[in-house]
Amino acid sequence: MPVIALLVLPIVLKGYWGKVLVYACIFGLLALSWDFLACCGLFSLGQALFFGLGAYVAGILSYYLHWPPVLTIPAAILGGGLLSAALLSPVLRLRGVYFAMVTLMMPLLFMKMIETTGLFGGSHGLSALPPFPNEWVAKYLAVGAFLFVLFIFRRMMSEDYGLVLKAIRDDDRAVMSAGINIYWRKTQALFVAGAVGAFAGAFMTHHYQFVGMTVFALDYSILPLAGSALGGPGTFAGPALGSMILIPLSEALRALGGLRIALYCIILILSVIALPEGVFHYIERRYHQFERLVKVG
Amino acid sequence: MGKTEQKAILRVERLGKHFGGVQAVHDVSFSLRQGEFLGIIGPNGSGKTTLVNLITGFVKPDSGRVIYRGENITAKKPYTVAGLGVARTFQMVRLFYNLPAYKNLIIPLSSPRVKKLRGGEYGERDDVAVDLLDDMGFERDSFVPYKLAGSLPHGYLKRLDLARAMALRPELLILDELFSGMAMSEVASTLPLIEKFHEEGLTIIMIEHRLKELFRVVDRVMVLNFGEKIADGSSQEVMTTEAVKKAYLGIEVEIG
Repeated sequence: MPVIALLVLPIVLKGYWGKVLVYACIFGLLALSWDFLACCGLFSLGQALFFGLGAYVAGILSYYLHWPPVLTIPAAILGGGLLSAALLSPVLRLRGVYFAMVTLMMPLLFMKMIETTGLFGGSHGLSALPPFPNEWVAKYLAVGAFLFVLFIFRRMMSEDYGLVLKAIRDDDRAVMSAGINIYWRKTQALFVAGAVGAFAGAFMTHHYQFVGMTVFALDYSILPLAGSALGGPGTFAGPALGSMILIPLSEALRALGGLRIALYCIILILSVIALPEGVFHYIERRYHQFERLVKVG
Repeated sequence: MGKTEQKAILRVERLGKHFGGVQAVHDVSFSLRQGEFLGIIGPNGSGKTTLVNLITGFVKPDSGRVIYRGENITAKKPYTVAGLGVARTFQMVRLFYNLPAYKNLIIPLSSPRVKKLRGGEYGERDDVAVDLLDDMGFERDSFVPYKLAGSLPHGYLKRLDLARAMALRPELLILDELFSGMAMSEVASTLPLIEKFHEEGLTIIMIEHRLKELFRVVDRVMVLNFGEKIADGSSQEVMTTEAVKKAYLGIEVEIG
Protein backbone atom coordinates (compact mmCIF):
# COMPACT_ATOMS: atom_id res chain seq x y z
CA MET A 1 0.00 0.00 0.00
CA PRO A 2 2.48 2.68 1.04
CA VAL A 3 4.67 1.59 -1.87
CA ILE A 4 1.88 2.10 -4.39
CA ALA A 5 1.02 5.41 -2.79
CA LEU A 6 4.62 6.54 -3.17
CA LEU A 7 4.67 5.45 -6.79
CA VAL A 8 1.43 7.24 -7.62
CA LEU A 9 2.16 10.40 -5.66
CA PRO A 10 4.66 11.84 -8.16
CA ILE A 11 1.90 11.83 -10.79
CA VAL A 12 -0.69 13.38 -8.53
CA LEU A 13 1.48 15.93 -6.83
CA LYS A 14 2.36 18.83 -9.09
CA GLY A 15 4.55 21.83 -8.65
CA TYR A 16 5.29 22.78 -5.09
CA TRP A 17 4.09 19.59 -3.37
CA GLY A 18 5.93 17.52 -5.91
CA LYS A 19 9.08 19.24 -4.75
CA VAL A 20 8.15 18.51 -1.15
CA LEU A 21 7.83 14.82 -2.01
CA VAL A 22 11.32 14.78 -3.50
CA TYR A 23 12.58 16.62 -0.45
CA ALA A 24 10.92 14.10 1.86
CA CYS A 25 12.50 11.20 -0.05
CA ILE A 26 15.94 12.77 0.17
CA PHE A 27 15.63 13.30 3.90
CA GLY A 28 14.15 9.82 4.10
CA LEU A 29 17.34 8.47 2.52
CA LEU A 30 19.43 10.35 5.04
CA ALA A 31 17.27 8.98 7.85
CA LEU A 32 17.78 5.45 6.48
CA SER A 33 21.50 6.07 6.34
CA TRP A 34 21.38 7.24 9.96
CA ASP A 35 19.39 4.20 11.05
CA PHE A 36 21.81 1.86 9.30
CA LEU A 37 24.70 3.23 11.33
CA ALA A 38 22.59 3.13 14.48
CA CYS A 39 21.95 -0.55 13.81
CA CYS A 40 25.59 -1.36 14.38
CA GLY A 41 25.92 0.94 17.36
CA LEU A 42 27.33 3.98 15.58
CA PHE A 43 25.38 6.98 16.72
CA SER A 44 25.91 9.68 14.12
CA LEU A 45 25.13 13.36 14.32
CA GLY A 46 26.72 14.09 10.98
CA GLN A 47 24.62 12.85 8.10
CA ALA A 48 25.47 16.22 6.54
CA LEU A 49 28.99 14.91 6.02
CA PHE A 50 27.78 12.13 3.73
CA PHE A 51 25.28 14.44 2.06
CA GLY A 52 27.85 17.17 1.54
CA LEU A 53 30.57 14.86 0.25
CA GLY A 54 28.18 13.38 -2.31
CA ALA A 55 26.96 16.81 -3.31
CA TYR A 56 30.48 18.16 -3.81
CA VAL A 57 31.77 15.10 -5.66
CA ALA A 58 28.87 15.38 -8.10
CA GLY A 59 29.25 19.17 -8.29
CA ILE A 60 32.98 19.10 -8.92
CA LEU A 61 32.77 16.40 -11.56
CA SER A 62 30.09 18.20 -13.52
CA TYR A 63 31.51 21.71 -13.08
CA TYR A 64 35.15 21.04 -13.90
CA LEU A 65 34.91 17.90 -16.03
CA HIS A 66 31.44 18.49 -17.49
CA TRP A 67 30.25 14.98 -16.68
CA PRO A 68 26.52 14.43 -17.13
CA PRO A 69 24.35 13.40 -14.12
CA VAL A 70 24.29 9.80 -15.38
CA LEU A 71 27.99 9.60 -14.53
CA THR A 72 28.31 12.04 -11.65
CA ILE A 73 25.68 10.33 -9.49
CA PRO A 74 27.25 6.85 -9.54
CA ALA A 75 30.66 8.47 -9.08
CA ALA A 76 29.33 10.44 -6.13
CA ILE A 77 27.81 7.32 -4.56
CA LEU A 78 31.10 5.48 -4.82
CA GLY A 79 33.34 8.43 -4.03
CA GLY A 80 31.13 9.72 -1.22
CA GLY A 81 30.95 6.26 0.33
CA LEU A 82 34.71 5.77 0.13
CA LEU A 83 35.48 9.24 1.45
CA SER A 84 33.03 8.83 4.35
CA ALA A 85 34.52 5.49 5.27
CA ALA A 86 38.06 6.82 4.99
CA LEU A 87 37.35 9.94 7.04
CA LEU A 88 35.48 8.23 9.85
CA SER A 89 37.22 4.86 10.06
CA PRO A 90 40.06 6.25 12.22
CA VAL A 91 37.52 7.16 14.91
CA LEU A 92 35.58 3.88 14.86
CA ARG A 93 37.18 2.99 18.16
CA LEU A 94 35.23 5.81 19.75
CA ARG A 95 31.88 4.79 21.05
CA GLY A 96 28.56 6.43 21.77
CA VAL A 97 28.65 10.14 22.35
CA TYR A 98 32.35 10.49 21.43
CA PHE A 99 31.76 9.11 17.97
CA ALA A 100 28.70 11.34 17.69
CA MET A 101 30.78 14.43 18.53
CA VAL A 102 33.31 13.70 15.79
CA THR A 103 30.57 13.17 13.23
CA LEU A 104 28.94 16.42 14.33
CA MET A 105 32.18 18.35 13.84
CA MET A 106 33.24 16.87 10.50
CA PRO A 107 30.69 18.63 8.26
CA LEU A 108 31.29 21.92 10.07
CA LEU A 109 34.99 21.48 9.45
CA PHE A 110 34.38 21.05 5.72
CA MET A 111 32.08 24.04 5.65
CA LYS A 112 34.65 26.33 7.24
CA MET A 113 37.43 24.92 5.10
CA ILE A 114 35.56 25.69 1.90
CA GLU A 115 34.62 29.13 3.18
CA THR A 116 38.11 30.19 4.20
CA THR A 117 40.14 28.63 1.40
CA GLY A 118 37.68 29.56 -1.32
CA LEU A 119 38.09 26.07 -2.70
CA PHE A 120 35.48 24.85 -5.21
CA GLY A 121 33.84 28.22 -5.53
CA GLY A 122 34.19 29.02 -1.83
CA SER A 123 31.14 30.61 -0.28
CA HIS A 124 29.60 31.21 -3.72
CA GLY A 125 29.57 27.51 -4.52
CA LEU A 126 29.41 25.99 -7.98
CA SER A 127 26.41 26.98 -10.05
CA ALA A 128 24.87 26.38 -13.49
CA LEU A 129 25.27 22.63 -13.18
CA PRO A 130 23.36 20.34 -15.53
CA PRO A 131 19.84 19.46 -14.32
CA PHE A 132 17.94 16.20 -14.71
CA PRO A 133 16.33 15.78 -18.18
CA ASN A 134 12.89 16.49 -16.77
CA GLU A 135 11.04 16.58 -13.48
CA TRP A 136 9.63 13.04 -13.89
CA VAL A 137 13.11 11.58 -13.92
CA ALA A 138 13.95 13.53 -10.80
CA LYS A 139 10.79 12.57 -8.95
CA TYR A 140 10.97 8.90 -9.77
CA LEU A 141 14.68 8.73 -9.16
CA ALA A 142 14.16 10.10 -5.64
CA VAL A 143 11.16 7.90 -4.88
CA GLY A 144 12.76 4.86 -6.49
CA ALA A 145 16.04 5.24 -4.64
CA PHE A 146 14.20 5.76 -1.38
CA LEU A 147 12.13 2.58 -1.78
CA PHE A 148 15.11 0.62 -3.07
CA VAL A 149 17.30 1.52 -0.11
CA LEU A 150 14.46 0.87 2.32
CA PHE A 151 13.94 -2.65 0.99
CA ILE A 152 17.61 -3.47 0.62
CA PHE A 153 18.33 -2.35 4.18
CA ARG A 154 15.41 -4.31 5.62
CA ARG A 155 16.50 -7.36 3.68
CA MET A 156 20.10 -6.97 4.76
CA MET A 157 19.18 -6.77 8.42
CA SER A 158 17.20 -9.98 8.32
CA GLU A 159 20.18 -11.79 6.79
CA ASP A 160 23.18 -13.03 8.76
CA TYR A 161 25.15 -10.00 7.62
CA GLY A 162 22.76 -7.71 9.44
CA LEU A 163 22.78 -10.03 12.41
CA VAL A 164 26.49 -9.40 12.88
CA LEU A 165 25.92 -5.65 12.73
CA LYS A 166 23.18 -5.87 15.35
CA ALA A 167 25.44 -8.03 17.49
CA ILE A 168 28.14 -5.33 17.31
CA ARG A 169 25.62 -2.88 18.73
CA ASP A 170 24.75 -5.30 21.53
CA ASP A 171 28.28 -6.22 22.55
CA ASP A 172 31.27 -5.52 20.36
CA ARG A 173 33.71 -7.41 22.59
CA ALA A 174 31.67 -10.58 22.29
CA VAL A 175 31.72 -10.17 18.51
CA MET A 176 35.50 -9.79 18.60
CA SER A 177 35.85 -12.95 20.66
CA ALA A 178 33.81 -14.69 17.98
CA GLY A 179 36.68 -14.01 15.59
CA ILE A 180 35.08 -11.24 13.59
CA ASN A 181 36.96 -8.05 12.73
CA ILE A 182 34.48 -5.49 13.97
CA TYR A 183 36.42 -2.50 12.66
CA TRP A 184 36.26 -3.83 9.13
CA ARG A 185 32.53 -4.47 9.48
CA LYS A 186 31.98 -1.00 10.86
CA THR A 187 33.99 0.47 7.99
CA GLN A 188 31.75 -1.39 5.56
CA ALA A 189 28.71 0.02 7.34
CA LEU A 190 30.20 3.50 7.05
CA PHE A 191 30.69 2.97 3.33
CA VAL A 192 27.08 1.86 2.84
CA ALA A 193 25.63 4.67 4.95
CA GLY A 194 27.99 7.14 3.30
CA ALA A 195 27.05 5.97 -0.18
CA VAL A 196 23.34 6.40 0.54
CA GLY A 197 23.90 9.85 2.00
CA ALA A 198 26.13 10.77 -0.92
CA PHE A 199 23.45 9.78 -3.39
CA ALA A 200 21.05 12.13 -1.61
CA GLY A 201 23.62 14.90 -1.85
CA ALA A 202 24.46 14.27 -5.50
CA PHE A 203 20.77 14.21 -6.33
CA MET A 204 20.21 17.58 -4.73
CA THR A 205 23.22 19.04 -6.53
CA HIS A 206 21.60 18.32 -9.88
CA HIS A 207 18.13 19.11 -8.63
CA TYR A 208 19.16 22.61 -7.57
CA GLN A 209 21.80 22.83 -10.31
CA PHE A 210 23.99 24.25 -7.61
CA VAL A 211 26.28 23.11 -4.86
CA GLY A 212 27.46 25.33 -2.04
CA MET A 213 28.80 24.94 1.44
CA THR A 214 25.28 24.87 2.87
CA VAL A 215 25.22 21.17 1.94
CA PHE A 216 27.26 20.66 5.11
CA ALA A 217 24.66 22.54 7.18
CA LEU A 218 23.38 21.18 10.44
CA ASP A 219 19.88 20.68 8.97
CA TYR A 220 21.05 17.67 7.04
CA SER A 221 22.31 16.11 10.24
CA ILE A 222 19.46 17.01 12.55
CA LEU A 223 16.39 16.52 10.36
CA PRO A 224 17.11 12.85 9.52
CA LEU A 225 17.73 12.23 13.19
CA ALA A 226 14.46 13.92 14.08
CA GLY A 227 12.66 11.87 11.45
CA SER A 228 14.13 8.69 12.91
CA ALA A 229 13.19 9.68 16.44
CA LEU A 230 9.65 10.43 15.35
CA GLY A 231 9.26 7.28 13.26
CA GLY A 232 11.05 4.87 15.55
CA PRO A 233 14.67 3.92 15.03
CA GLY A 234 15.98 0.44 14.37
CA THR A 235 13.48 -0.66 11.76
CA PHE A 236 14.22 1.46 8.67
CA ALA A 237 10.47 1.64 8.14
CA GLY A 238 10.27 3.92 11.17
CA PRO A 239 12.77 6.53 10.01
CA ALA A 240 11.29 6.33 6.50
CA LEU A 241 7.82 6.98 7.87
CA GLY A 242 9.12 9.68 10.19
CA SER A 243 10.69 11.62 7.34
CA MET A 244 7.51 11.27 5.29
CA ILE A 245 5.59 12.88 8.15
CA LEU A 246 8.13 15.43 9.26
CA ILE A 247 9.17 17.02 5.96
CA PRO A 248 5.67 17.66 4.56
CA LEU A 249 4.65 18.87 8.01
CA SER A 250 7.51 21.31 8.14
CA GLU A 251 6.58 22.57 4.66
CA ALA A 252 2.92 22.90 5.61
CA LEU A 253 3.96 25.01 8.56
CA ARG A 254 6.03 27.32 6.37
CA ALA A 255 3.18 29.84 6.32
CA LEU A 256 3.78 30.47 9.99
CA GLY A 257 7.17 31.97 9.26
CA GLY A 258 9.57 32.06 12.19
CA LEU A 259 7.13 30.29 14.46
CA ARG A 260 7.42 27.26 12.22
CA ILE A 261 10.60 26.03 13.83
CA ALA A 262 9.20 26.57 17.32
CA LEU A 263 6.06 24.59 16.54
CA TYR A 264 8.14 21.98 14.85
CA CYS A 265 10.26 21.57 17.95
CA ILE A 266 7.17 21.27 20.11
CA ILE A 267 5.81 18.50 17.90
CA LEU A 268 9.13 16.67 18.16
CA ILE A 269 9.31 17.00 21.93
CA LEU A 270 5.73 15.85 22.29
CA SER A 271 6.33 12.87 20.04
CA VAL A 272 9.40 11.85 22.03
CA ILE A 273 7.47 12.10 25.30
CA ALA A 274 4.22 10.54 24.12
CA LEU A 275 5.61 7.96 21.72
CA PRO A 276 9.20 7.30 22.74
CA GLU A 277 9.25 4.12 20.69
CA GLY A 278 8.26 6.04 17.56
CA VAL A 279 5.19 6.13 15.38
CA PHE A 280 6.08 3.00 13.48
CA HIS A 281 6.36 0.77 16.54
CA TYR A 282 3.13 2.24 17.84
CA ILE A 283 1.25 1.44 14.65
CA GLU A 284 2.85 -1.98 14.47
CA ARG A 285 1.73 -2.84 17.98
CA ARG A 286 -1.77 -1.53 17.37
CA TYR A 287 -1.93 -3.59 14.21
CA HIS A 288 -0.94 -6.77 16.06
CA GLN A 289 -3.51 -6.03 18.75
CA PHE A 290 -6.15 -5.55 16.10
CA GLU A 291 -5.15 -8.77 14.39
CA ARG A 292 -5.44 -10.71 17.63
CA LEU A 293 -8.80 -9.13 18.32
CA VAL A 294 -10.08 -10.16 14.94
CA LYS A 295 -8.74 -13.69 15.38
CA VAL A 296 -10.40 -14.10 18.76
CA GLY A 297 -13.67 -12.62 17.51
CA MET B 1 50.15 -39.84 25.71
CA GLY B 2 50.98 -39.30 22.07
CA LYS B 3 53.88 -37.32 20.85
CA THR B 4 51.80 -34.40 19.57
CA GLU B 5 50.29 -34.01 23.02
CA GLN B 6 53.72 -33.15 24.39
CA LYS B 7 53.99 -30.06 22.21
CA ALA B 8 53.28 -26.74 23.87
CA ILE B 9 50.17 -25.15 22.40
CA LEU B 10 50.49 -22.03 24.52
CA ARG B 11 53.52 -20.44 26.10
CA VAL B 12 53.17 -17.41 28.32
CA GLU B 13 56.48 -15.70 29.04
CA ARG B 14 56.94 -13.23 31.89
CA LEU B 15 53.66 -11.47 31.25
CA GLY B 16 53.06 -8.25 33.14
CA LYS B 17 50.36 -5.59 33.28
CA HIS B 18 49.56 -2.79 35.66
CA PHE B 19 46.53 -0.55 35.83
CA GLY B 20 47.66 2.73 37.35
CA GLY B 21 49.47 1.75 40.52
CA VAL B 22 48.01 -1.74 40.69
CA GLN B 23 50.17 -4.54 39.39
CA ALA B 24 47.38 -6.77 38.07
CA VAL B 25 49.65 -9.41 36.58
CA HIS B 26 53.31 -9.62 37.46
CA ASP B 27 55.90 -11.73 35.69
CA VAL B 28 53.64 -14.72 35.05
CA SER B 29 55.04 -17.56 32.95
CA PHE B 30 53.58 -20.95 32.17
CA SER B 31 53.12 -23.28 29.27
CA LEU B 32 50.36 -25.56 28.23
CA ARG B 33 50.61 -28.84 26.37
CA GLN B 34 48.26 -29.77 23.56
CA GLY B 35 45.23 -31.42 25.14
CA GLU B 36 46.05 -30.34 28.66
CA PHE B 37 43.42 -29.13 31.12
CA LEU B 38 44.74 -26.33 33.31
CA GLY B 39 42.87 -24.83 36.23
CA ILE B 40 43.71 -21.32 37.41
CA ILE B 41 42.64 -20.34 40.89
CA GLY B 42 43.34 -17.48 43.21
CA PRO B 43 41.58 -15.07 45.54
CA ASN B 44 39.47 -12.23 44.15
CA GLY B 45 41.56 -9.60 42.40
CA SER B 46 44.52 -11.91 41.96
CA GLY B 47 44.72 -11.21 38.22
CA LYS B 48 43.03 -14.26 36.77
CA THR B 49 40.68 -12.42 34.45
CA THR B 50 43.39 -9.95 33.48
CA LEU B 51 45.58 -12.89 32.51
CA VAL B 52 42.79 -14.17 30.25
CA ASN B 53 42.37 -10.70 28.76
CA LEU B 54 46.10 -10.53 28.09
CA ILE B 55 46.16 -13.89 26.34
CA THR B 56 43.07 -13.19 24.24
CA GLY B 57 44.17 -9.71 23.21
CA PHE B 58 41.54 -7.69 25.03
CA VAL B 59 44.24 -6.02 27.11
CA LYS B 60 47.74 -5.17 25.91
CA PRO B 61 50.53 -6.33 28.21
CA ASP B 62 53.25 -4.00 29.50
CA SER B 63 55.82 -6.74 29.25
CA GLY B 64 56.23 -10.38 28.27
CA ARG B 65 55.08 -12.50 25.38
CA VAL B 66 52.29 -14.90 24.50
CA ILE B 67 53.21 -17.66 22.05
CA TYR B 68 50.42 -19.74 20.58
CA ARG B 69 51.42 -22.66 18.37
CA GLY B 70 54.82 -21.09 17.84
CA GLU B 71 53.33 -17.78 16.76
CA ASN B 72 53.77 -14.62 18.76
CA ILE B 73 50.24 -13.39 19.48
CA THR B 74 51.19 -10.76 22.07
CA ALA B 75 48.92 -7.74 21.76
CA LYS B 76 47.24 -9.10 18.63
CA LYS B 77 43.66 -7.99 18.17
CA PRO B 78 41.02 -10.09 19.97
CA TYR B 79 39.43 -11.17 16.69
CA THR B 80 42.79 -12.24 15.31
CA VAL B 81 43.47 -14.37 18.39
CA ALA B 82 39.95 -15.82 18.22
CA GLY B 83 40.47 -16.52 14.52
CA LEU B 84 43.48 -18.65 15.42
CA GLY B 85 41.27 -20.85 17.57
CA VAL B 86 41.47 -19.36 21.04
CA ALA B 87 37.90 -19.06 22.30
CA ARG B 88 36.85 -17.68 25.64
CA THR B 89 33.83 -17.16 27.81
CA PHE B 90 33.33 -14.07 29.91
CA GLN B 91 32.98 -13.89 33.66
CA MET B 92 30.22 -11.35 33.18
CA VAL B 93 28.46 -12.98 30.29
CA ARG B 94 28.64 -10.97 27.11
CA LEU B 95 25.85 -11.93 24.79
CA PHE B 96 23.59 -10.41 22.21
CA TYR B 97 20.51 -9.92 24.34
CA ASN B 98 18.36 -8.55 21.54
CA LEU B 99 18.79 -11.68 19.44
CA PRO B 100 17.15 -15.07 19.94
CA ALA B 101 19.44 -17.51 21.77
CA TYR B 102 20.32 -19.60 18.71
CA LYS B 103 21.01 -16.49 16.62
CA ASN B 104 23.74 -15.63 19.13
CA LEU B 105 25.71 -18.52 17.69
CA ILE B 106 25.32 -17.29 14.14
CA ILE B 107 27.91 -14.62 14.94
CA PRO B 108 30.84 -17.01 15.53
CA LEU B 109 29.43 -19.34 12.89
CA SER B 110 29.76 -16.59 10.32
CA SER B 111 33.36 -15.79 11.26
CA PRO B 112 36.13 -16.26 8.68
CA ARG B 113 37.61 -19.04 10.84
CA VAL B 114 34.52 -21.24 10.76
CA LYS B 115 34.06 -20.56 7.08
CA LYS B 116 37.60 -21.75 6.42
CA LEU B 117 37.18 -24.85 8.56
CA ARG B 118 34.02 -25.72 6.70
CA GLY B 119 35.86 -25.51 3.40
CA GLY B 120 34.51 -22.15 2.34
CA GLU B 121 30.93 -23.22 2.96
CA TYR B 122 28.76 -21.81 5.68
CA GLY B 123 26.13 -24.52 5.43
CA GLU B 124 22.87 -24.31 7.31
CA ARG B 125 24.01 -22.11 10.13
CA ASP B 126 20.67 -22.10 11.92
CA ASP B 127 20.70 -25.90 12.10
CA VAL B 128 24.28 -25.99 13.35
CA ALA B 129 23.37 -23.42 15.99
CA VAL B 130 20.35 -25.36 17.26
CA ASP B 131 22.40 -28.60 17.31
CA LEU B 132 25.07 -26.93 19.40
CA LEU B 133 22.52 -25.56 21.83
CA ASP B 134 20.89 -28.96 22.08
CA ASP B 135 24.26 -30.31 23.24
CA MET B 136 24.37 -27.62 25.87
CA GLY B 137 21.02 -28.64 27.28
CA PHE B 138 18.76 -26.23 25.42
CA GLU B 139 16.17 -28.77 24.35
CA ARG B 140 15.69 -28.53 20.62
CA ASP B 141 11.96 -29.11 20.77
CA SER B 142 11.32 -26.58 23.51
CA PHE B 143 10.96 -22.88 22.88
CA VAL B 144 14.16 -22.09 24.81
CA PRO B 145 16.60 -21.84 21.85
CA TYR B 146 14.26 -19.43 20.10
CA LYS B 147 13.66 -17.06 22.98
CA LEU B 148 15.45 -13.73 23.14
CA ALA B 149 18.73 -14.19 24.97
CA GLY B 150 17.82 -11.29 27.23
CA SER B 151 14.85 -13.20 28.60
CA LEU B 152 16.76 -16.33 29.61
CA PRO B 153 17.79 -17.11 33.21
CA HIS B 154 21.42 -16.72 34.25
CA GLY B 155 22.34 -20.40 34.08
CA TYR B 156 21.23 -20.57 30.47
CA LEU B 157 23.16 -17.42 29.63
CA LYS B 158 26.34 -18.96 30.98
CA ARG B 159 25.82 -22.04 28.85
CA LEU B 160 24.93 -19.90 25.86
CA ASP B 161 28.24 -18.12 26.35
CA LEU B 162 29.97 -21.51 26.38
CA ALA B 163 28.11 -22.50 23.23
CA ARG B 164 29.19 -19.25 21.59
CA ALA B 165 32.81 -20.07 22.37
CA MET B 166 32.42 -23.66 21.13
CA ALA B 167 30.77 -22.52 17.90
CA LEU B 168 34.13 -21.06 16.92
CA ARG B 169 35.54 -24.62 16.84
CA PRO B 170 38.36 -23.66 19.19
CA GLU B 171 41.63 -25.44 19.78
CA LEU B 172 42.14 -23.68 23.08
CA LEU B 173 39.13 -22.90 25.24
CA ILE B 174 39.41 -20.45 28.12
CA LEU B 175 36.58 -20.53 30.63
CA ASP B 176 36.46 -17.53 32.92
CA GLU B 177 34.39 -18.55 35.95
CA LEU B 178 31.84 -20.38 33.93
CA PHE B 179 30.15 -21.78 37.01
CA SER B 180 29.75 -18.56 38.95
CA GLY B 181 26.09 -17.95 39.59
CA MET B 182 25.06 -21.33 38.23
CA ALA B 183 22.77 -23.58 40.22
CA MET B 184 24.23 -26.84 41.57
CA SER B 185 22.18 -28.87 39.13
CA GLU B 186 23.39 -26.76 36.20
CA VAL B 187 27.00 -27.19 37.26
CA ALA B 188 26.41 -30.92 37.53
CA SER B 189 25.07 -31.09 33.99
CA THR B 190 27.67 -28.74 32.47
CA LEU B 191 30.76 -30.33 34.00
CA PRO B 192 30.46 -33.59 32.03
CA LEU B 193 30.20 -31.53 28.83
CA ILE B 194 33.50 -29.86 29.55
CA GLU B 195 35.07 -33.21 30.41
CA LYS B 196 33.81 -34.51 27.09
CA PHE B 197 35.40 -31.61 25.20
CA HIS B 198 38.64 -32.38 27.00
CA GLU B 199 38.48 -36.07 26.15
CA GLU B 200 37.93 -35.13 22.53
CA GLY B 201 41.31 -33.40 22.63
CA LEU B 202 40.44 -29.79 23.36
CA THR B 203 43.00 -27.85 25.39
CA ILE B 204 41.24 -26.01 28.18
CA ILE B 205 42.12 -23.32 30.70
CA MET B 206 39.52 -23.03 33.41
CA ILE B 207 39.33 -20.27 35.97
CA GLU B 208 37.06 -21.23 38.79
CA HIS B 209 36.19 -20.55 42.38
CA ARG B 210 34.38 -23.84 42.83
CA LEU B 211 37.48 -25.80 43.67
CA LYS B 212 35.83 -29.14 44.25
CA GLU B 213 34.43 -29.28 40.73
CA LEU B 214 37.61 -27.84 39.28
CA PHE B 215 39.91 -30.36 40.93
CA ARG B 216 37.79 -33.18 39.62
CA VAL B 217 38.44 -32.36 35.99
CA VAL B 218 41.79 -30.58 35.63
CA ASP B 219 45.22 -32.11 35.03
CA ARG B 220 47.09 -29.25 36.62
CA VAL B 221 46.41 -26.21 38.77
CA MET B 222 48.09 -22.83 38.79
CA VAL B 223 47.55 -20.43 41.68
CA LEU B 224 47.73 -16.65 41.38
CA ASN B 225 47.89 -14.19 44.21
CA PHE B 226 48.31 -10.41 43.78
CA GLY B 227 49.11 -10.98 40.14
CA GLU B 228 51.93 -13.43 40.80
CA LYS B 229 52.11 -17.13 40.24
CA ILE B 230 52.57 -18.75 43.64
CA ALA B 231 52.08 -22.40 42.76
CA ASP B 232 51.80 -24.69 39.74
CA GLY B 233 51.29 -28.45 39.83
CA SER B 234 48.79 -31.16 40.58
CA SER B 235 45.86 -30.19 42.76
CA GLN B 236 47.29 -32.22 45.66
CA GLU B 237 50.68 -30.51 45.43
CA VAL B 238 49.23 -27.07 45.05
CA MET B 239 46.83 -27.19 47.94
CA THR B 240 49.48 -28.36 50.34
CA THR B 241 51.81 -25.49 49.39
CA GLU B 242 52.26 -23.13 52.32
CA ALA B 243 51.87 -19.95 50.20
CA VAL B 244 48.58 -21.14 48.80
CA LYS B 245 47.17 -21.94 52.20
CA LYS B 246 48.18 -18.48 53.34
CA ALA B 247 46.64 -16.81 50.27
CA TYR B 248 43.37 -18.49 51.01
CA LEU B 249 43.65 -17.44 54.65
CA GLY B 250 43.73 -20.88 56.01
CA ILE B 251 40.49 -22.02 54.47
CA GLU B 252 40.35 -25.78 54.60
CA VAL B 253 39.90 -27.19 51.15
CA GLU B 254 38.64 -30.64 50.60
CA ILE B 255 40.17 -32.34 47.63
CA GLY B 256 38.49 -34.83 45.38
